Amino acid sequence: MALQEKYKQLIDVATSSGVTNLQVREQDNVLYIDGEAPNGEAKDQLWNIYNTIDPDYRAGDLVMNINVAGIAPGSQLKVATKSSNLNIRKGPGTDQPIVGKAAKDEVVTLLSKTNDQWWLIRNANGEEGYVYTQYLAK
Amino acid sequence: MILHLKQLTMKKTIDILLKQLRTAFAIIIISSIMISCGVKDSDLQAAIDQKIQTTPEMTGVSAAVKDGVVTLSGECKDDACKALTENTVKGMKGVKSVINNATVAPPPPAPAPVTINADDALVKGVADATKDFKDVKATVNDGVITLTGEIKRADLKTLMQSLHTLKPKKIDNQLVIK
Repeated sequence: MALQEKYKQLIDVATSSGVTNLQVREQDNVLYIDGEAPNGEAKDQLWNIYNTIDPDYRAGDLVMNINVAGIAPGSQLKVATKSSNLNIRKGPGTDQPIVGKAAKDEVVTLLSKTNDQWWLIRNANGEEGYVYTQYLAK
Repeated sequence: MILHLKQLTMKKTIDILLKQLRTAFAIIIISSIMISCGVKDSDLQAAIDQKIQTTPEMTGVSAAVKDGVVTLSGECKDDACKALTENTVKGMKGVKSVINNATVAPPPPAPAPVTINADDALVKGVADATKDFKDVKATVNDGVITLTGEIKRADLKTLMQSLHTLKPKKIDNQLVIK
């Protein structure tokens, strides 16, 4: 319960900003917050609050698994790399061969979600493969 | 003549007896009204309703009063709230007895335990997540991801967001932040 007190502001904002399937559980002195944020801004806001309560995420007492909701197959997603091209790979993993590239800000189509890290997409050239979801934005 | 006098005396005696009987009845009736109407059911009902409304612990409970007997129904959040409601009502003026039919809400189901990914899945996920951060070293042991090495402050959130989706037990961040 102590951790829920420490991260109370985070939990409150998660609730008020419309995070769905929100789960807050404490287990072996680690707080686990799971849920789906309505958009990328809401997710970012939660990460900023987390960084305020625990600067540089040092304490190791929270695992916050918040994804952005409502991204279904068929969605158009924008490549959100810092500057480089996004690798499109044959399978879900960086050990998989690169089969194509998508440029920064290019719009790709989501085909399916393999897991929270890797999604199958098709780029503007019709190349299909797996990309790291961190670099895709709604 | 003598007989007539006797009859008259008897009639008088009967009259007196009847009068006494009437008085006795009146006393019985009046006193019984006074006892039973010490507090009217409707007044008692109103008092109990108000008590329930103004006591947050009693939310969900309702009461019905009949001849000073209060029947509680509805749902309490726990046993303590059920007992509190009963004792509070018992202590109110005019309550003869309390029948506590209030039920206690079942406890909420225990949350499912947190899923922690196995180390081999975590190792693979960590390799993918740290690929673009060449100065970050990561190890996985019994679900715990330990980060050492260096990272730019601007990249820290990106890396953390990625690692937090891997379902680790915890993340021990020992990175030197530049």
